[in-house]
Amino acid sequence: MKYAFFPGCLAPVMSRQFELSARKVAKKLGLQLVDSEDFACCGFPIKSVDQETALLLSARNLSVAEELGLDICTICTGCASTLAEASRELMHNDGLRDRVNERLQKIGRTYEGNVEVKHFVRILYEDVGPEKIESQVKKSLEGLKLASHYGCHYLKPSEVFDKFEDPEFPRTLDALISVLGAETVEYEDKTGCCGGVILDVDDKIALAMAQKKLDHVNAAGADAMVLMCPLCGSMYDRNQKVIERRSNVVYNLPVLFYPQVLGLALGIDPKELGLNLNRVKTSDLLNKVSV
Amino acid sequence: MRCFQCGTCNVGCPVREIEEKYNPRKIIRMTVLGMRDRVLSSDFIWLCSACYTCQERCPQDVRIPEVMNALKNLAVKEGYIHSSFAKRVELVGAQGKLFPVSKFDNTKRKELGLPQIPTENKEVQELFKLTGLNKLSSAEGGE
Repeated sequence: MKYAFFPGCLAPVMSRQFELSARKVAKKLGLQLVDSEDFACCGFPIKSVDQETALLLSARNLSVAEELGLDICTICTGCASTLAEASRELMHNDGLRDRVNERLQKIGRTYEGNVEVKHFVRILYEDVGPEKIESQVKKSLEGLKLASHYGCHYLKPSEVFDKFEDPEFPRTLDALISVLGAETVEYEDKTGCCGGVILDVDDKIALAMAQKKLDHVNAAGADAMVLMCPLCGSMYDRNQKVIERRSNVVYNLPVLFYPQVLGLALGIDPKELGLNLNRVKTSDLLNKVSV
Repeated sequence: MRCFQCGTCNVGCPVREIEEKYNPRKIIRMTVLGMRDRVLSSDFIWLCSACYTCQERCPQDVRIPEVMNALKNLAVKEGYIHSSFAKRVELVGAQGKLFPVSKFDNTKRKELGLPQIPTENKEVQELFKLTGLNKLSSAEGGE
């Protein structure tokens, strides 16, 4: 199992704990991640402004991976859906690929259409598998009640992900949490959007969207939220204090990235998983499973 | 467009749940009716959070987020661009990615044993010149 590693632009600066823990658990599970300095913007932020440039940005990254002879593994769901969509379009539409290549050649690149794109968690589910992960658990997370949050772009548009998940009733992240011994809790509007994409357009609306989920997760009595997108992470973890301040409600709800939770169960030291870098303190949670 | 105005998009829209002024069903209707200027100059087209819930549920297979993207692309061509999106263009064009990487970030990464991140990408700068997006970013927030 070897992939070109596409960390995206948000995780490397805003949620280093996500990238750090993903690299640690990948190593432990024999998943080889190859870095490239040539990767740049996936194209998502530009789609609203100019779809042509956005597709060129996606294709450029696919060409970098193709040069390495590897498929792409990303830890950002936005990058996953954007690059997977471009990969599909360019794989099946020869005319479009030719037009894109006309432009790419001017910057010294070409793309033949051979790269697949998968999110890190999908790779854990499909390539490693819940059974193998279960067999490697050193420290069961029994007693923890965890609320999974998939993030829109892990699921949708479902057609670009070969419908490997059900966008209305997703199950892969829950399955990956369950094998670690923790209990997954159901809550209202589980597939609800974090609002992160419009935080810079209207922060009042975006934060209200995030707050809804915090309310629902709290009502279900979860000890923590578990997610897999750095943008969702920034809404629920980094901005949780802002939401609390604006609304006079205290949540104090730890928000962990799945590789951090997985790493704990695999017996990796919490500091190596960057648990000290989470904004909402995770110490009470760690005490609960006596790590 | 095959839209028959059932409103399924509105019912599942997480933005509309908070702010009723955002009305994807109405935006689609106005578009079908050809109300070009009113749609392209409206603030609301910029509020789609791209969650794709509407697209998954639309009984007529209308790709609503793609319609929103197409409308926003047209709006940009007509000189309407929301300031936050002009900022996105500027950032991606200059450094190859949306979130700036500072020296401090790279120092922190080094401490954690993470690889250093480049602060610019020449190929992205070239691409922006090829498609003319660099002009938009140098216009400091568009029009």
